[in-house]
Amino acid sequence: MSTSWPLWEVFVRGKRGLNHVHVGSLHAPDAEMALRNARDVYTRRNEGVSIWVVPAASITASSPDEKDPFFAPSGDKVYRHPTFYSIPEDVPHL
Amino acid sequence: MADDLELRFERTVQADSRIEPRDWMPDGYRKTLIRQIAQHAHSEIIGMQPEGNWISRAPSLRRKAILLAKVQDEAGHGLYLYSATETLGADREDLTTKLIEGRQKYSSIFNYPTLTFADVGVIGWLVDGAAICNQVPLCRTSYGPYARAMIRICKEESFHQRQGYELLMTMMRGTQQQKDMVQDSVNRWWWPALMMFGPPDSESTNTEQSMAWRIKRDTNDELRQKFVNMSVPQAEALGVTFPDPELKWNEERGQYDFGAPDWDEFWQVVKGGGVCNEQRIAHRRKAHEDGSWVREAAAAHAQKHAQKEGAA
Repeated sequence: MSTSWPLWEVFVRGKRGLNHVHVGSLHAPDAEMALRNARDVYTRRNEGVSIWVVPAASITASSPDEKDPFFAPSGDKVYRHPTFYSIPEDVPHL
Repeated sequence: MADDLELRFERTVQADSRIEPRDWMPDGYRKTLIRQIAQHAHSEIIGMQPEGNWISRAPSLRRKAILLAKVQDEAGHGLYLYSATETLGADREDLTTKLIEGRQKYSSIFNYPTLTFADVGVIGWLVDGAAICNQVPLCRTSYGPYARAMIRICKEESFHQRQGYELLMTMMRGTQQQKDMVQDSVNRWWWPALMMFGPPDSESTNTEQSMAWRIKRDTNDELRQKFVNMSVPQAEALGVTFPDPELKWNEERGQYDFGAPDWDEFWQVVKGGGVCNEQRIAHRRKAHEDGSWVREAAAAHAQKHAQKEGAA
């Protein structure tokens, strides 16, 4: 297995003005080859104007098992949403 | 705790939401997915061979460029799918080994030979057409990475099917010999295309559980019927017939009746007795082994550069 190439996660910006979005992964020996392979695998039909490749091992993710407590801090803060506030209908532009 | 996890999994599936890589999932679900997605990925990779056979002999530069793009797409589809299996903990190297050792299967359709250039058109029309029927519902499969790979694949398959049909339309406007070539090709591929949907529901061992997990969304027979209904008017427009004396419109059912494929032949090909089984695997093995020095050299190059950067 010494020759197996590391895994890279691929993110593509579809067009200017949009965020990079995760599209999949691939194996490559180094970052430069990962970029070239990503171009051939994920952008054969003008799907992107920019590609990021990130070693899969470098990504830290939240655990789905902690789902409830981890996202709880935002769950009970309804006052963060504009709909929390009632404003008379005849007040314009608000 | 385990019950809690299982309940959450069941609820997610029942709500038609998606299971994502780091979610808890039953072992059976994981295994079934790895088997199915790997088999699908292998099919894409082996599927490059029957058509690749005609790249150097395409009748025009236009057809050659199209065929090259199509075969490159098949490689891409294989890679999207291998990528999806890896989110389940499978190892790509291991899957390739299983394929070339005959321990994992690929679609039997690719064990039939491509005898004429018309086969390139018929594969696009009927084989990719059947694949689309199978794959469109998989865009809603319960495992997120698989569903997302299928969405990309389905978009690209549409090009595959249309280029095939257009190729056949062109040949059908040609000489009698060319027309005969198209009909002969349709005669050879029709039944194997129907077999692509797998054995009849009554004999399909995996269907029930896969439907419950919403990995599969329709049964083999449902999809086969849909494919027949779609294909008949396309054949009429093209001016060819399907080699099935039982094929006729059933007013009452609002669908076409059709004969049963030769399931003995199907099982024989699945078990390795098709015309090209050995050739396909031998070719894949050779490509893998011949490429090993490239993989080793690239890895050594990357390691050398990483060391240099570390030293600097």
